[in-house]
Amino acid sequence: MSDARIYIFTGHFGSGKTEVAVNFAMNLAKQGKKTAIVDLDIVNPYFRTKDAEKPLTQQGVRVIAPEYANTNVDMPTLPSDILSVFADKDLSVVFDVGGDDDGATALGPYFSYFSKEDYKMYLVINTNRPLTQTSGDIIDYMHDIEAASRLKIHALVNNTNLSYSTEAVNLTQGQAVLDEVSRQTGIQTELVSVQKSLIDKLDPALKDKAFGLDLYLQIPWL
Amino acid sequence: MSDKVLMKGNEAIAEAAIQAGCRYFFGYPITPQTEVAAYMAKKMPKIGGVFLQAESEVSAINMVYGAAGAGARVMTSSSSPGISLKQEGISYIAGANLPCVIINIVRGGPGLGGIQPAQSDYFQATKGGGHGDYHLVVFAPASIQEMVDLTSNAFDVADKYRTPVMIIGDGMLGQMMEPVTFQSKETASLPEKPWATTGTKGKREHNIINSLYLNPEDLEKNILERQERYNTIKANEVRYEAVGVEDADYVLVAYGMTARIAKNAMATLRKQGIKVGLIRPITLWPFPTEIFEKTAKTAKAFLSVEMSMGQMVEDVRLAVNGACPVHFYGRTGGMVPTPDEIINEVKKIGGVL
Repeated sequence: MSDARIYIFTGHFGSGKTEVAVNFAMNLAKQGKKTAIVDLDIVNPYFRTKDAEKPLTQQGVRVIAPEYANTNVDMPTLPSDILSVFADKDLSVVFDVGGDDDGATALGPYFSYFSKEDYKMYLVINTNRPLTQTSGDIIDYMHDIEAASRLKIHALVNNTNLSYSTEAVNLTQGQAVLDEVSRQTGIQTELVSVQKSLIDKLDPALKDKAFGLDLYLQIPWL
Repeated sequence: MSDKVLMKGNEAIAEAAIQAGCRYFFGYPITPQTEVAAYMAKKMPKIGGVFLQAESEVSAINMVYGAAGAGARVMTSSSSPGISLKQEGISYIAGANLPCVIINIVRGGPGLGGIQPAQSDYFQATKGGGHGDYHLVVFAPASIQEMVDLTSNAFDVADKYRTPVMIIGDGMLGQMMEPVTFQSKETASLPEKPWATTGTKGKREHNIINSLYLNPEDLEKNILERQERYNTIKANEVRYEAVGVEDADYVLVAYGMTARIAKNAMATLRKQGIKVGLIRPITLWPFPTEIFEKTAKTAKAFLSVEMSMGQMVEDVRLAVNGACPVHFYGRTGGMVPTPDEIINEVKKIGGVL
């Protein structure tokens, strides 16, 4: 994990950004960092950062979510206290951004803040999602998200999974596609995110990048 | 797309429709089904199909009416308040004997209600909704894979019986993600539609698509003919899943997402030595009456579990026909019952609590 102050998680709709972002914030807090997570998702009505509010808060992570998130009010507003994260320079911040370029548009109003300090933007990819199965499709999404946000993607997260049917081999297959993206764009995979129970089974070549996930957004009775 | 992919229910419905040969989609966005339209908007232009966001649900359903009359495989989708708006068009489509597929990803009602999952549109889906003597065939999937399979099947059933078919899911099914596979399907072999308004080319009589019959004798004849088709549907298309009903003292009845919660509760109760079974209607209309008649001979009681104040339970009571008590447990307004709540209800019925 590198040491930027602001981490931004973007990706295709349904790539698993929120689960990765929540775990990333938990890890920062566990390292003793003063941490906040910002739910900037204006796309998804269900399965949001706020669903993990309890464990996040218990770990000391401040959750900044739109006033109407999870309230049944179908209104894509932005959190009113978001600007505080740019003022407090001691704070580590994780931005969970909505899917696709539509979701990335929500970063737009904060461009002037992001451009004044270092940030690190990740693109979360699940190559088992139907519209991001090839390097060509992924690179198109990358360009769309960069154009909509006016920010630059610095690293890739291999979050290839099939929900409760995920096997270690899925991540190996996903990595082959991501490696092709890296060849074409120069942007490297920094994290291979996988539920903790599968880390031991990961391909040795992926293990040094392994980022263990606790799943906070799964429905327990499925 | 023969390998496993991870999809949201709403996306899976859209992809399954496209693979079933649907090339026309008319809709209007509403949470929690908007991803159906969003997926269609992305995909249809690439494959020579039509995605059209109409100015309202009313026009969307009438575009479906037109496309269906011209013989196209056509679909629309919405969520509860939007489906209410479409009812007039649905009644016309049924009256004109046209095939189409209608998706309802149900949210809490009545009125604008909320955006969380519900099953409170059961009456509307199975008992008419619109006016007149008609039925929709109603499929209720319980997993994303089943959403794929039933969407494909829905187009075939619609064409075969010239009837509108509804797929009813709740917001949870629309929004959650699960791994799915798509069986490649021959879309080239779509059925002939000699009744469609495709142009006479000077070689045949005009085909007329219409639901207006001012002569009551003609209207009655038209309705009776449709009733005959409904009887065939009842004989051929009933689907359900029954688990552990043979030795069950208590039989849970649930459809869609609620059936998966009930299954979870059933497993816990079985471990505690309480004999519980589950009947999951997959077609809500026609309702799988026979399995209830059969099970009622050996069961002590039925418990219908729904995300409503009690709608399907009426069909369960009709099917059980007084042979044993039928109880109800439901949460509503976007609340989802938990396995523990269901376990408690079964124990109360069994006198264990």
